[in-house]
Amino acid sequence: MRGLLQIAVVVAVLAAVPLVVQSNTTLNFLVVTLLIALAGQGWNILGGYGGQYSFGHAAFFGTGAYVTAILQVRYGVNAWLAFGAGIVLGAAVGGVIGALTFRAGLRGSYFALVSLAFAEVLRIVASVAPITGAGVGTLVKLDLRVEALQFQSRAVFYWVILALVAVSLLVAQRLERTRFGTWLIAVRENEDAAKALGVNATQVKLGAMVISAAITAAAGCFYTQYFLFVDSGIAFGTRMSIEALLTPIIGGAGTVFGPLLGALVVQALGEGAKLVAGDAPGLSLIVYGCVLVLVIAFAPRGLIGLVETIYRRVARPTKREAAHD
Amino acid sequence: MFSPVILITAILNGLLTGAVYALVALGLTLIYGVLHIINFAHGALLSAALFAAFFAFHLLGLDPYLAALLIAPIFFGFGYALQRLIIGPVSHGDDRNMLLVTLGLSVVIENVLLYAFRADTRTIDLPYAFQTIDLGFTFLPIPRLIGFCLVFAVALVLWAIMRRTDVGKAIRAVAKEKLGAQLAGIDVAHIYAITFGLGTACVAIAACLLIPTYYVNPTVGDAFVLIAFTIVVLGGMGSVPGALVGGLLIGVVESLSGLFLGESLGQIGIFLIFIAVLLVRPTGLFGARA
Repeated sequence: MRGLLQIAVVVAVLAAVPLVVQSNTTLNFLVVTLLIALAGQGWNILGGYGGQYSFGHAAFFGTGAYVTAILQVRYGVNAWLAFGAGIVLGAAVGGVIGALTFRAGLRGSYFALVSLAFAEVLRIVASVAPITGAGVGTLVKLDLRVEALQFQSRAVFYWVILALVAVSLLVAQRLERTRFGTWLIAVRENEDAAKALGVNATQVKLGAMVISAAITAAAGCFYTQYFLFVDSGIAFGTRMSIEALLTPIIGGAGTVFGPLLGALVVQALGEGAKLVAGDAPGLSLIVYGCVLVLVIAFAPRGLIGLVETIYRRVARPTKREAAHD
Repeated sequence: MFSPVILITAILNGLLTGAVYALVALGLTLIYGVLHIINFAHGALLSAALFAAFFAFHLLGLDPYLAALLIAPIFFGFGYALQRLIIGPVSHGDDRNMLLVTLGLSVVIENVLLYAFRADTRTIDLPYAFQTIDLGFTFLPIPRLIGFCLVFAVALVLWAIMRRTDVGKAIRAVAKEKLGAQLAGIDVAHIYAITFGLGTACVAIAACLLIPTYYVNPTVGDAFVLIAFTIVVLGGMGSVPGALVGGLLIGVVESLSGLFLGESLGQIGIFLIFIAVLLVRPTGLFGARA
């Protein structure tokens, strides 16, 4: 109950933001932040709770983005349906990659490598295939109607992505409460031991991969609806893979709110770097890379872990004193 | 069908290209063999080395083959420092952290290059860049032929280091049994860093062999990384002969699939091999069970 209450409070506070903030720039910043948080939450399910570090989550983000765009532009499918199809196909791609890699027993370095390779190949294919618009990319027509899942006001877009983030928070919170989630965490902590206790590790990892891919694909679908454009670099480029893993690692991998917190910090740092040094190519990624290394060095459990550690250090002595009284 | 002359030319060209791939893969597999992690910064280091070779030629007027004598030791030192000062201490001995740190470093290096030099593609002009040698039925480019020979020279030197020196013995000891090596008085952190330095030096030499006939931009290394990963997986993680044979094989496959399928799909051929090897024999042709 406490977990659900926390989520409700956080989402309610975030939902109230557009009522106070009118600036389009700020809302745009928040929409992108939530988008990254959603992609990161997807990574968090597999990487944070399951310990399988994917370096290629762009594969799912890009699938969602492209499917949403292509179904609308080339097949005239309704935007809402295209959005749903993007999530389903993203999950399917996750299922295929997961089935291939986990069945082959690939872990650690191997898994990271293969996930990266799959994203790269999708990028190469998307940059030459005619159906994706090849090098030019795919442009979705501006059509500001609710049926087309496009909105005049940024606030509405903000609430849509917030709703998706809320769902992803609930999924993560459920993981901490269900048998499946416990199995997944057991696999992360010690796969061989988990197997010895009768956990079907391959199946559990595969399940996590599908959920994870679906969530990250949803972020891709939203990207298409919000920016109305997708190309192979945006969809399957390494940048998205990196942002998806960066946010949970910085916020706290394997925690419900880690990706959300991480996304806020990462986006704020990226914007900060722009303010300080001007908008130069590569700058924000330099900052991201440095932050990644620094967090691993000084806060291996992310910012949430850091706060917990500090809290415990501060709180413990007082508890002991209380016990003496 | 294609005439045998075209086929043989394609195979020879594939072997020449494959040798440089092999050298990049050699560095990767060396690091994997000892540290048991994949160095995701490998591609970024290759880009950096290509820039170094480019500027050595442009600013100092150094011929790339001579520059290798300067750049390789510098990159050895750079690699040593990266492992000793950053990757090792930061990752607290956790493999997953090590992966993330090399990924973080790769992002930083690549984007520092992008920030400093922009995305422009640069080349150098060498008088002998387009000279060829006449085999009677076909022509082979001389710079790539030199590169081919030098790759095997480097592999030989590496082999000698591993087999004939105390450092090599220590590296092999750490690769086999880290704790035992430590108990025998080997400084594991130092050996890790030496290995990382050697792997980085391989990349630096590969860059010097590439620059006469290739180009440089901040993300150029990425193109080689997927290929190098494939070679390492194909040859078996940590296997030096595997990297050499795998490199030559991949070079030929790329050349032939480029011939039959066209340039842009040539890379797909490599990827199909990658998937097939992973599914059928994840330990590669020469690898032991992981």
